[in-house]
Amino acid sequence: MTIPVRLRVNNAPRQHDIEPRVLLVHYLRDVCGLTGTHVGCETGICGACTVLVDGKAVKSCTVFAVQADGSEITTIEGLAANGVMHPVQQGFWECHGLQCGYCTPGMIMAAVHLLTKQKAPTRGQIASGLRGNLCRCTGYTHIIDAVSYAASHATEAAHV
Amino acid sequence: MSDATPYIGRAMKRVEDPRLIQGLGTYTDDLRLAGLLHACILRSPHAHARIRRIETSAAKAIPGVVAVFTGADVNDSCGAVPCAAAIPDLKAPRHTVLAGDRVYFVGHAVAVAVATDPYIACDAIDEIEVDYDPLPAVVNAMEALKSGSALTHPDMGANVAFTHVVNGGSDIDAAFRNADRIIKHRLYHQRLTPMPIEPRAVVASYHRGEGTLTLWTSTQIPHLLRTLLPNMLGIPETKLRIVAPEVGGGFGAKLNVYAEEALCAHLAMRLSAPVKWVESRRENAASTIHGRDQIGDYEVAVKNDGRILGLKATSVADLGAYLQLLTPAVPTLTGLVLTGCYKIPAIRFEVVGVYTNKMATDAYRGAGRPEATYLIERLMDVVANELKIDRLDLRLKHFPAPGDFPFATSCGVTYDSGNYQGTLAKAKQLADWDALMADRKAARAAGKLFGVGVSTYVEICAMGPSKAMPAGGWEWGCVRMEISAKVTVITGVTPHGQGQETSFAQIVADRLGVPIEDVAVLKGDTNVAHYGRDTYGSRGTAVGGTAIVMSVDKVIKKAKTLAAHLFETLDDYVVFENGKFKAPGITAREIAWSELAAEAYLAKNLPAGFEPGLEASSFFEPENFTFPFGTHICAVEVDRDTGEVAITKYVAVDDCGNQINPLLVEGQVQGGIAHAIGQALFEQTIYDENGQLLTGEFMDYAIPRATDIPEYTLGSTVTPSPVNPLGVKGVGEAGTIGATPAIANAVIDALTPLGVVHLDLPMTPERIWRAMQTRTVATV
Repeated sequence: MTIPVRLRVNNAPRQHDIEPRVLLVHYLRDVCGLTGTHVGCETGICGACTVLVDGKAVKSCTVFAVQADGSEITTIEGLAANGVMHPVQQGFWECHGLQCGYCTPGMIMAAVHLLTKQKAPTRGQIASGLRGNLCRCTGYTHIIDAVSYAASHATEAAHV
Repeated sequence: MSDATPYIGRAMKRVEDPRLIQGLGTYTDDLRLAGLLHACILRSPHAHARIRRIETSAAKAIPGVVAVFTGADVNDSCGAVPCAAAIPDLKAPRHTVLAGDRVYFVGHAVAVAVATDPYIACDAIDEIEVDYDPLPAVVNAMEALKSGSALTHPDMGANVAFTHVVNGGSDIDAAFRNADRIIKHRLYHQRLTPMPIEPRAVVASYHRGEGTLTLWTSTQIPHLLRTLLPNMLGIPETKLRIVAPEVGGGFGAKLNVYAEEALCAHLAMRLSAPVKWVESRRENAASTIHGRDQIGDYEVAVKNDGRILGLKATSVADLGAYLQLLTPAVPTLTGLVLTGCYKIPAIRFEVVGVYTNKMATDAYRGAGRPEATYLIERLMDVVANELKIDRLDLRLKHFPAPGDFPFATSCGVTYDSGNYQGTLAKAKQLADWDALMADRKAARAAGKLFGVGVSTYVEICAMGPSKAMPAGGWEWGCVRMEISAKVTVITGVTPHGQGQETSFAQIVADRLGVPIEDVAVLKGDTNVAHYGRDTYGSRGTAVGGTAIVMSVDKVIKKAKTLAAHLFETLDDYVVFENGKFKAPGITAREIAWSELAAEAYLAKNLPAGFEPGLEASSFFEPENFTFPFGTHICAVEVDRDTGEVAITKYVAVDDCGNQINPLLVEGQVQGGIAHAIGQALFEQTIYDENGQLLTGEFMDYAIPRATDIPEYTLGSTVTPSPVNPLGVKGVGEAGTIGATPAIANAVIDALTPLGVVHLDLPMTPERIWRAMQTRTVATV
């Protein structure tokens, strides 16, 4: 059995008939071919699969694709605008906010959502905001640096 | 060069990052091959059981299922999983890729289903019926040593895999006879789960016409796999290509030859179709190697004035059910740095490796050295407390002087260089030690549980001299000045987050005098990086980087010969500086790489006997390990009501020799300390009394989150290593090794007013709370 799903992914309309049991993360990776969103646990804990659904950070392994019907989804591939990286992406690059890079797309999407809620978060607020995303490489300090960098450079940028 | 400042020593952002922060990296699970099949593995829910029967017909009947195989189908045609460690009299069970008539641990692979879709493959394993006859499980390594214990592998007749004894330095018995006091202590180094955020993943593709097999795998060791898989697969290494694409964290967990790698390759050949297997997190927790798990009884022979005469360690290492690649070697590494930074004239180290019905232990970040460092650093505090000596004075009293290096230890290794007094002094200064002691006094007076811990560590890196390594410790590298004057660097190490695409480019750009943008570093594909020994043991830059340096120097030497020919002079008159060849006093002409490279490849005007091209490769064989060191100081406050630990200050001064890229060094240190915070405060792999794994998910296994990390004060000193031309030592494991005892010592120090003299790791709120209630020593 399949169910028709219509949604927008990175500003492009998508329409597919998909099995109701398919997780959103697998839909994005396997049907849309957007493999930048990663799977780390499939239990909603590690956050590697975080994407924006209607502007909010959502762990896409906790959602069925059919539940996202009608929504607007942004993945890591859709974050840069006109070839210019998002301030959060810039921050991760400038501050060595990643090592292996596997948690990074989810971490960046969670940080993007955080900065839409808090324009100038403290380091503690950034840490709290990223509690749902696990990183095993960096020890988080450089990630917090990266998000601070993004917050202070966001106003200079065209987006956010 | 784009400007006069050298790239080496600069905190440069990474060339790896743009692809990774835009979701454009290719990890193994991201590969899409035409006709790809998906494997899912059925695993044992029992720690130890006899398999009476496996019924696969219902699974096979599901539309989309291509095949279902059990051990009976594959174990005869696919070889056993290898162990590379050579330990005398080692008893080892045959480790088949799928279970035979018994399962030996929870997570043991029993059957595999292959289907056109991963969801269907999972449906298929749900339909496989296995009739198990549960057997007594061996769960506790100490119990396993007792006569009458159940047996992990009944056919082996005993649970002991090996006994390894090292007597080093002067006469240990005399040391204990001459002691004023013998201080005894039992320490447990808990089992840990490495938990890289990317679980393992494998894609295998067989080209029937060529007879070649390509295996993409999330591994640290593509080259070692190419060496070891032919024995399992029956195809020669010349027909085997291993690719480690982007690898999402390793920490030792991917320093292994896993059954699933051979199994996928076997399936791809057997089914004539590419096969992918992606590990779930639960499988990762159960069936990827664990780390540590050593319990030891330690005795220190001391004089009343604080002199340590000798150290005896009797350690039991819980190996799990099987030997993975380095399982028995890891606990023996502990014996190599047992004495830490200290002059301790006599040692005896005995470790017994014991089989239990659990997943195998193997190398996890630090591998053997964290165990040694934790025990010696806890013991230094225990000895200081017993003798009422200042713990820093006790440490200083036993440090070798900077002039004592190279320093031969009683453990049988020679520390390359060091200045332990220097890191301690700098850490004290950064921590504002006297003020910290005053803070502690004031906090205690106010009824707070405030403690300060110190760890002065040394570790073994840059693995290593081949005579000390199971499979060769050299490294290979290649440098090619292309016809376009761009530079291709190929390394045999396999970085997976360490950033050597950047740091090796820094090294090469400086030496060749070219812009760093012109240098590309290739790695991780055995068809590109023809030889290598890969990434582990903090060896990448110290060993792999040196092979690159050797190759650059060969290219420059060859280029000088060509330049001399073009200048119509002799090699000796040619000078190479800032990317230009000159012949001062002979000609004012300068030759840039662009001109020289074109001449080398167009080959119309070469000296007699000069081979075209500008490429060189090298094998670097290190003469010794390197020995990074440092001092970590940690202050904590323990909540009296909840037992929760808050790290209020953390100072780390690490000396990893010269630093190629301080930003990457800082990242390694911070990441390493995070692992130590996990080990000290949260993490423990737990099996229940039946061998059931209780920490099978991130829900149950607590790795640190962003809110668990303190603000650090990081510093460094630089004592170059004399064993490689870069003077580097390695830094991948330092944080993990140095920080665990600093945090543990701080927590114990905080609890000292309550009379608590020791707690085992991890120092969870519950364990601390219980200790506070009873105010007695708590042990496992």
